[in-house]
Amino acid sequence: MKRVVVFIKQVPDTAELKIDPVTNTMIREGVPSIINPFDMYAIEEALKIKDKWGDTETVVMTMGPPQADAALREAISMGIDKGILLSDKKFAASDTWATSYILSKAVEKLGDFDVLIAGKQATDGDTAQVGPGVATWLKIPSVTYVRKIDELEPGHAKVERMRSEGFDIIEVKGKFLMTVLKELNEPRIPSFRGKMAAKKAEIPVWGADDLNTDEANIGFTGSPTRVVKAFTPPPKKGGIKVEGDDLETVKGVFKFIKENHLA
Amino acid sequence: MSTKNKILIIGECRESSIHHVTFELVSEGAELSKKNNGEVVVLVPGYKIDTAQTEGLFKAGADKVILLDHEKLQQLNDVHYLRNIAAVINEEEPGIVLAGATPQGRSLMPKLAITMKAGLTADCTELDIEEGTGLLLQTRPAFGGNLMATIKTPKHLQMSTVRPKVFKVETGYSKEKNITKFTYIDGDSPLKIIEAVRSIEEMVNLADSDIIVSGGRGLGDKANFKVVFDLAAKLNAAVGASRAAVDAGWISYAHQVGQTGTTVMPKLYIALGISGAIQHQVGMKSADYIIAVNKDSNAPIFNVADYGIVGDLFEIAPKLTELLG
Repeated sequence: MKRVVVFIKQVPDTAELKIDPVTNTMIREGVPSIINPFDMYAIEEALKIKDKWGDTETVVMTMGPPQADAALREAISMGIDKGILLSDKKFAASDTWATSYILSKAVEKLGDFDVLIAGKQATDGDTAQVGPGVATWLKIPSVTYVRKIDELEPGHAKVERMRSEGFDIIEVKGKFLMTVLKELNEPRIPSFRGKMAAKKAEIPVWGADDLNTDEANIGFTGSPTRVVKAFTPPPKKGGIKVEGDDLETVKGVFKFIKENHLA
Repeated sequence: MSTKNKILIIGECRESSIHHVTFELVSEGAELSKKNNGEVVVLVPGYKIDTAQTEGLFKAGADKVILLDHEKLQQLNDVHYLRNIAAVINEEEPGIVLAGATPQGRSLMPKLAITMKAGLTADCTELDIEEGTGLLLQTRPAFGGNLMATIKTPKHLQMSTVRPKVFKVETGYSKEKNITKFTYIDGDSPLKIIEAVRSIEEMVNLADSDIIVSGGRGLGDKANFKVVFDLAAKLNAAVGASRAAVDAGWISYAHQVGQTGTTVMPKLYIALGISGAIQHQVGMKSADYIIAVNKDSNAPIFNVADYGIVGDLFEIAPKLTELLG
């Protein structure tokens, strides 16, 4: 049987984030958790691959606290076969280096695979580092910013990578990891059957002992980076607001552009 | 001088030309090197590199330029790039490695960070040297710009990708022109770039532009994007779009600004007919100046606009284009 593994992350819904106007800090309480928007395209692509290949197991994996279980179930409701939660107090405070190590160990435990898929980046950390990092640990190539898949068979792929000045058509031999963009597909809506499957699914929880991770590579100790401080930038306030579309009004904005040397 | 203080810039070429972000990083590196008594070494990987441009690298503050010129580096084949850049890092033994937060930098650096066991901080908008320790302080936005975090790497190689257009290019340094060549190391690659498609139509360059003119639902139609393109052309600006305009099929995804598109930080962002949902705002509110045009005076875009006009964009945009004449 063939296998496609998708890495997802549960993130706070950025659209629901609010800033406390007095303390100028982020209000996290009551903010709903969602599957990172880019990961939805990764999930959909795995399902499309299964539709095409047949005889394929689709697996989603996430590292996070116990409540990240909900994100895995949502993926299962869309049609993913299996969810695995990587959760352990020892994993806490892992940066992207340590996180990619842990995910790679989980892939090793899972066994063989054909393609790994991740979203372009998560909307909380915005780093885009974990996907390529996992590929490096597993010693397989990665293709980032995939906007279109021309061909994909086990062991062979032809994909398009978005660049700021166009795109590259890339041929890949063997197993690989890709990080995907919104342009790739339209995520499906969970079916009733999917929702039932999600409810009933058993989600295995793998910890440091299950993965046989090296303590020196995980959690706070295993993370090369340290957050020194975090702060909320001063909120952007609305400025001048005028009404009208005659020439005089437009001259006002023209003057604004010139006075601030913007053009 | 300990090599710990050495700052290595991973340069970038577009075709044969050294990309602007490389010069920006060199100047910022030179600024940092004054604080850590280090030196700035810039690696330029590419093919048929325009060596006349190295002059500009020295004026921007480089102490040494390493040219890595080979046919196999003409396209961005990650495997060939990684093999060679890793070899240069091992030879130079820098304490700090900086690359542009471009598709190239953000594809290569996460992989280098793993193999080098380095701390990597993505998409930095501010860099400094910590007094006493000499460590690199890296500040970056997260949560779509709602939070800023300062990060350091106390014990490992310190690596950052740095957002283009944040740092100014200096031209006043008069450094000795120390240029060396690194001999390309060959090897196999499971990746093959069959074609690099570059066309005016595909040229989006949101991340590289000082000015972005974006269109949204208010345009009402694909053909009406012409007013956006006309104004953008006059301003030498890139064209952006809201998710609504992209989902309607009026313009390609590569133009989308916002949470599921591209995050931008130009000097000037002009939003035409964009209501400014929070998902759009997280992608553009870090622009230095925002001008918004919308019919609806309650549109949330006006909450972040430095200059808002409540009115008809089809009247306003052409008039502005004409005035800029």
